[in-house]
Amino acid sequence: MQSNTPPQSSTPVAEQQDERIQRVPFWKKALSRPELGALAGTVLVLAFFIVSSSGTGMFTPAGIVNFLEVSAQLGIIATAAALLMIGGEFDLSIGSMIGLAGILIAIPAVEYGWPLWAAMLLAFSCAALVGWINGNLVNRTGLPSFIVTLGFLFILRGMAIGISRLLTGRTQIGGIHDHMAGDWFAALFSGEVATGLFAWMAGQGWIATNFAGNPVVTGIPVSIVWWLGLTAVATWVLLCTPYGNWIFASGGDANAARNSGVPVHRVKISLFMFTALSATVFACLQVMDTGSADTIRGLLKELEAIIAVVIGGALLTGGYGSAIGAALGALIFGLVQMGIFYTGVNTDWFQVFLGAMLLIAVLFNNFMRKKAMEAK
Amino acid sequence: MSERTPMIEMRNVSKHFGSVIALSDISMQVQAGEVMCLLGDNGAGKSTLIKTLSGVHRPTEGELLLNGESVRFKSPAYALDAGIATVFQDLAMIPLMSITRNFFMGREPTVGWGPLKRIDWKRADRIAMQEMSRIGIDVRDPSQPVGTLSGGERQCVAIARAVYFGARVLILDEPTSALGVKQASVVLRYIAKARSDGLAVIFITHNVHHAYPVADAFTLLKRGGSLGTFRKEEISREEVLNMMAGGAELESLDAELAEFQQSDRQQQQSSGANAPSLSQAPST
Repeated sequence: MQSNTPPQSSTPVAEQQDERIQRVPFWKKALSRPELGALAGTVLVLAFFIVSSSGTGMFTPAGIVNFLEVSAQLGIIATAAALLMIGGEFDLSIGSMIGLAGILIAIPAVEYGWPLWAAMLLAFSCAALVGWINGNLVNRTGLPSFIVTLGFLFILRGMAIGISRLLTGRTQIGGIHDHMAGDWFAALFSGEVATGLFAWMAGQGWIATNFAGNPVVTGIPVSIVWWLGLTAVATWVLLCTPYGNWIFASGGDANAARNSGVPVHRVKISLFMFTALSATVFACLQVMDTGSADTIRGLLKELEAIIAVVIGGALLTGGYGSAIGAALGALIFGLVQMGIFYTGVNTDWFQVFLGAMLLIAVLFNNFMRKKAMEAK
Repeated sequence: MSERTPMIEMRNVSKHFGSVIALSDISMQVQAGEVMCLLGDNGAGKSTLIKTLSGVHRPTEGELLLNGESVRFKSPAYALDAGIATVFQDLAMIPLMSITRNFFMGREPTVGWGPLKRIDWKRADRIAMQEMSRIGIDVRDPSQPVGTLSGGERQCVAIARAVYFGARVLILDEPTSALGVKQASVVLRYIAKARSDGLAVIFITHNVHHAYPVADAFTLLKRGGSLGTFRKEEISREEVLNMMAGGAELESLDAELAEFQQSDRQQQQSSGANAPSLSQAPST
């Protein structure tokens, strides 16, 4: 089915045909992109906090790294949630998967002396299995993924608590930092990159330094690299590969896609596996950063990811959306969360703001999509 | 006609769903360059028949022959590979996706190798534009969503896609049912063109007025069975219409309606006699 060359190209293509493709003005093309709303939102939120938080240090290098780290963590799972939502499904088990993955890394490493890389591989394998089960259940039963993954939200959270209580008698496992030294796999999820560059920039006097002459920000946290990397790969997959086209098709109309030869079931299973794996990446970063695992980690992250994806312009019913939009949604999330902290507004109001943002984003996106369908 | 090998043939095909006999003992053949029109009322088995042809269902009994060879499809994808393209009523078009994305859905042309394999957008856009202009639809921007096209244009895109990907047998499920007169004629003209390109076309409809101008032969289905295949020369439009609706049923309907009218008239007469009492007693 996936033959790449069409069997018979009817007539040789005349090169002049190319001119028939009308040049569409850039702004008009941009209007029909799903991430437009999120981009506008980002600019607004950014402008708002640049003005209101002036002098608080939010936009110093250290402050920027702060809110980018918040955005990065959410952005990693939001990217996967975006692909899944474009593919027409939800995964509400992401948050619980984060908790379970942390436990699966910490217990073998701390309690049983496994090398950290082996424990992490165990977590990734279990995540892949969970995603595979989610996908198969949704495919085979035809139940809404909302229900299937809601079930797994509780199953995975319960397993995390049950397993760690059973094996250790606790719900928190610490002391991971002792196992990290020299572990090649753990190194992928901890520390900072470009530290040399930052030291050099400090030496040149371009960025702020502390009393010892070292830069205040010593490098880019690895979570931000993961976030940008995953967003770039997901965008490339969506826009440039056949698999990306299959994701859009599966979410747009699974039946139509199947009739056109798209392996809808395989696409959906792989997307569920991707969300579970991204949750595990999140867990790895968190466990390496804090040095501990806790069964309640990742609480409500699945909903935050959905918020980021929807603010990013994805359609809840599938078939429409973008990974860049999800990244911008996560960026807005981080900006607002840290911005409220910096500006000294009571952080109780964060959730009010978030909910309002979500509603405004959905209304705006609906409006823009209608416009796009009318424009001819 | 009969000495040529038919492009597609059904021999004594039956399909049962549990105890329900959806199709029984259907035989039908379609030559290349011929339009076969499948007619039948709701529940006659048209959908089951085309789903059997397009690989969605496997026949319970009987066999399918493609160009004289017996075939059995595991899924629609296999039927598609064998050259049987089906344009279902829902068109397998996704409104929010661009024309090009829809056109190549599931069969994207690629360039590059390994993990860098990607869709050849330039070529895809160009082919989509070209195939659309061949059927007389001017697309200004192949990246515009299919949702912005009219119903008839979408139908044409779906057919153009099937033809472009090398269909030898084209199955069209009610292609004109949701269309206005003008749009329907665009589609019918295109069906005639596909026939002259040498495709075997199976055209499902319950609109005889759309079917008659383009069809070469008619197969009538009723309650899962075939009432027979008729060449266009052998049968008039009225006869087709009559058989399809079930002439006997229409006659009995006529009789019933006449009876209603009569009883109406009687009631009117009796109500005319005692009108004041009737207005007070609405229970009659």
